[in-house]
Amino acid sequence: MSLWEYANPVKFLRLSGALLPWLWGGALVCLMVGLTWGFFFTPDDFRQGSTVKIIYLHVPAALIAINAWFMMLVTSLVWLVRRHHVSVLAAKAAAPVGVAMTLITLITGAIWGQPMWGTWWAWDPRLTSFLILFFFYLGYIALWEAIDDPDSAADLTSILCLVGSVFAILSRYAVNFWNQGLHQGASLSLDKKENVADVFYLPLLVCIGGFILLFLALVFYRTGTEIRLRRIRALIARETRIA
Amino acid sequence: MRALLIRDLRLALRSGGGFGLGLTFFLIVIVLVPFSVGPASSLLSRIAPGILWLGALLACLLSLDRLLTVDWEDGALDLLSTSPIPLEGIVSIKALAHWITTGLPLLLVAPLLGVLLHLPVDGFGVLISSLALGTPALSMIGVFGAALTIGIKRGGLLLSLLVLPLYIPTLIFGAEAARRGAQGLEFGTPLLFLAGITGFVLALMPFVAAVVLRLNLR
Repeated sequence: MSLWEYANPVKFLRLSGALLPWLWGGALVCLMVGLTWGFFFTPDDFRQGSTVKIIYLHVPAALIAINAWFMMLVTSLVWLVRRHHVSVLAAKAAAPVGVAMTLITLITGAIWGQPMWGTWWAWDPRLTSFLILFFFYLGYIALWEAIDDPDSAADLTSILCLVGSVFAILSRYAVNFWNQGLHQGASLSLDKKENVADVFYLPLLVCIGGFILLFLALVFYRTGTEIRLRRIRALIARETRIA
Repeated sequence: MRALLIRDLRLALRSGGGFGLGLTFFLIVIVLVPFSVGPASSLLSRIAPGILWLGALLACLLSLDRLLTVDWEDGALDLLSTSPIPLEGIVSIKALAHWITTGLPLLLVAPLLGVLLHLPVDGFGVLISSLALGTPALSMIGVFGAALTIGIKRGGLLLSLLVLPLYIPTLIFGAEAARRGAQGLEFGTPLLFLAGITGFVLALMPFVAAVVLRLNLR
C-alpha cells in the first residue's frame, strides 16, 4: 500500500469519492464554528476595534494562497519525474483555487488596511509579493488554456511552475530590499513568544483548519472533474475514429 | 556557433524592423514621458533612472515575439535541433543575438536619453553599468518565454504575461542601482545583486529553455 497507487485514476476517484463528503462537511463545520466564534464571540481589539475580525478570512486565505502554489510545485515535479496524469491534473485543478485565495487575501487586506493604515494599498514587501504571486497564477492558468495538446500543456506548465517558483522566491527577497514594510511580521509562529492573544488565536486556528479542508475538498473535486473531462475527450476521440 | 550568430544578426539587420524597432520604441517611450508627467526638471531627474529601465525592459519585450517563432514557422529550428551544436548552445546564441540587436543599442543611446530626462551627471556611469549587467538577463529570460509560447498562435500577449513577472527581480535591482547612483548614494549592493541574478539566469536558463524547446519540437 503506497501513495503511488492513487496515481491510478480509478483508485484516485474511489478515494476522493470516499473522502469528499467528510472534507466538505468538515470544512462547513469548521468555517461555521470558526467564523461565528471569531465574528461574534471575541472581544474587540483595544486599538484596532472590530476591524481585527477580518483576520479570520485574511490569514487563512493567505496561508492557502501560498501553499496552493507549493502543492502545485510538488505535483508538477511528480508529473515531470513519474509521469502520473492525476498529479498534473491536481496542479491544474489547484491553480484557480489558489488565484481565488490570493484575490481574497488582497481584497480583505485592502479592506483591513484602509481603516488601519489609512490606505487601501501600499507597496509593502508582503503586499507586493502577493500581487506578484497573483500574476504567476494568472500566467500558469493562461498557459494551460493556450495549449491544445494536453500532454505538452502539462509539461510546459509544469516547467513554468518550477521556474516561476524560483523567481517568486527571488522576487520575495528582492522586494524586501526595495521597500520597507508596513505589514506586521509573522505573529502565528509556533516557536515565538510574541503571538496573537489566545482569545483570537483559537478561533483563528479553527478557521485555518476550515480553509485547509475547503481547499482539499475543492482540489479533490476539481481533479475528479478534470479526470472525467479527459475520459469524455478520449471517448469522443474514439467515436470519431470509428465513424 | 559563430555562423549561427552571424546569421541571426544578419537576418535581424536585413529583415528590417528587427534591429531598429526596439530602439525606436525605446526612444518614443522616453520622449513621451515628459509629455505625460510634465516638463519639470526636478521630477524628471528623479524618475529618469526608473523610466529608462522600464523603457529598456519594454523594448526588450517587444522583439521577443519574433525571436523563435520565425525560425519555428519556416522549419529552421527543426534543422538547427539536428545540428551538432546542443540545443542549449543554440538558445544561448539566440539570446546573445537578441541582446546585441536590442540590449546593446539601448545601452548606447541611454546616455543621450538620460540627458533628455535631466538625469544627474553622476548617475550616467551607474545607469550604463546597471543596464549592461541587467539586459543580458532580460534577453535570456525572454528566450525561455519565447520557447514556452512557440507553438501558440498569437502568443505575443501570453508571452508578455509569462515573462513580465520573471523580470521583476532584475528590474528591482537594476532600477534601484541606477536610482541610487543618480542620487549619489551607495550603489554597490544592488549592483552586486543584479550581477548575481544575471549570472544565475545565464547559468540556468539555457538548460530550461532547451528543455522547453525540445518538448515543443517533439
